[in-house]
Amino acid sequence: MKVLVAVKRVVDPNVKVRVKADGTGVETANIKMAMNPFCEIAIEQAVRMKEAGTVTEIVAVSIGLPQCQETLRTALAMGADRGILVDTNVDVQPLAVAKVLKAIVAKEQPQLVIMGKQAVDNDCNQSGQMLAALLGWPQAAFISKLTPEGDHAEVTREVDGGLENLTIKLPAVVTTDLRLNEPRYVTLPNIMKAKKKPLEVIKPEALGVDVTPRLTTLKVQEPPKRGAGVKLADVAELVNKLKNEAKVI
Amino acid sequence: MAILVIAEHDNKQLKPGAANTIAAASKLGNEIDVLVAGHQCGDAAAAAAKIAGVTKVLVSDAPHYAVPLAENMAALVLSIADKYTHILAPATGFGKNFMPRVAAQLDVAQISDISGIESADTFVRPIYAGNILTTVQSKDRIKVITVRITGFDPAGAAAAAAPIENLAPVADSGLSQFKGHELTKSTRPELSAARVIVSGGRGMGSGENFKLLEALADKLGAAVGASRAAVDSGFVPNDYQVGQTGKIVAPELYFAVGISGAIQHLAGMKDSKVIVAINKDAEAPIFQVANYWLVEDLFKAVPELTAKL
Repeated sequence: MKVLVAVKRVVDPNVKVRVKADGTGVETANIKMAMNPFCEIAIEQAVRMKEAGTVTEIVAVSIGLPQCQETLRTALAMGADRGILVDTNVDVQPLAVAKVLKAIVAKEQPQLVIMGKQAVDNDCNQSGQMLAALLGWPQAAFISKLTPEGDHAEVTREVDGGLENLTIKLPAVVTTDLRLNEPRYVTLPNIMKAKKKPLEVIKPEALGVDVTPRLTTLKVQEPPKRGAGVKLADVAELVNKLKNEAKVI
Repeated sequence: MAILVIAEHDNKQLKPGAANTIAAASKLGNEIDVLVAGHQCGDAAAAAAKIAGVTKVLVSDAPHYAVPLAENMAALVLSIADKYTHILAPATGFGKNFMPRVAAQLDVAQISDISGIESADTFVRPIYAGNILTTVQSKDRIKVITVRITGFDPAGAAAAAAPIENLAPVADSGLSQFKGHELTKSTRPELSAARVIVSGGRGMGSGENFKLLEALADKLGAAVGASRAAVDSGFVPNDYQVGQTGKIVAPELYFAVGISGAIQHLAGMKDSKVIVAINKDAEAPIFQVANYWLVEDLFKAVPELTAKL
């Protein structure tokens, strides 16, 4: 089975982001970037399935600036076979991501697309579900377990009250949740090997996809700060404050 | 402007977020239809009809809606979508699952997880784990929106119940099949609806030690939550997780016990009214958002607190 995995380059989740001085966006210049953590889980899943013999080829796709090639090289070092960068400097929003990936799916004909459930920059949580809809495929969002069996897959999804088990027909789109796996660290020999793996660069226009943003950002700001709190001496003082000052118990 | 709200329910009762989503819809217009899709879900539909602001309730009752599979939910919403200017669902696991399918098939953007409404086409939403708020405008013909339920106070009870109409089901897509649930059994309130939440982190040390928090929670009628670290360590199930990628909560009182306060956890609870942090590390970042904090060993402080309440 051939698998397509989408990976996004985002601000490293451990970096505290700031609003640009002119209030038009978030400062990303000279800031450490990384692969979106949920996309790492997606690549890891594909690589484990290849190691188990159920997957024959892993194609990693990224959409964005030329620097996304670094993210793709990380995916290749983790074990993907080849990379495709859809090169654009437009702010590619989820609907456009889904349309680009639909065009790539038409070219590559994978049996399964694995994506992260959300990107930790815009927190949209849309692209995988949108891709499934545009393809008319089943979806399993927020999965913590995936077992392909012939023309279908058994999946476990994380839902609000616990877990949900589904059988989905293949081909399908799945999106990863945190508990699916723990991604491996890339090793130096694999980074060297990844440099020799094929990486194709194409433009969205070549795929016939319009990536013009639909949503316009009018303002970007920091949320109001919480007031400074009080350090208390002991449990008795805490109980007193909760009862008599905050009046919440 | 006609607005469609898709209500989350378990076929018997509405989930608490339904009233908050209807409250958000009320800020956009006064013609609000509520869709209740389920199986033998008459009680849930009757409850929806009694929420203030609802014009009518549409009930679509079929065995394949007993569990809201994304493919079937999206197809049903699409069968009536063109009648509406806005389509809203809560930004819970329910809404996040099928709403992007609706948006993609309408060829419109989805506006995810809105926490504020500026006008009929302009919305505020948190990004970067809630560290940034962005105001976005949509010029699409239909606005498909998921609502952060803690951003809107729930709508109250209506003076008179709204009419309930039947909506024809759309045939089962057959693309996916429900096999079963493994739900966490608890007699405590749901995290998203609780007035008080007691959460534990890595500092709890083990799942067994969560009994300390359960005793405190039972004293307060509280829900029990956890940080990602506690879930990843296997102390508690995944549905306990509060944070950027777990549940977003805003109770009146939130206890963070043995939680250091990673930005991903703060993203899920920093809108709580009163935050209490108990941690033996005086430098823990959780103290920056806490109203009250104790630098103490939780194994001493929590039982003492439970005893004093």
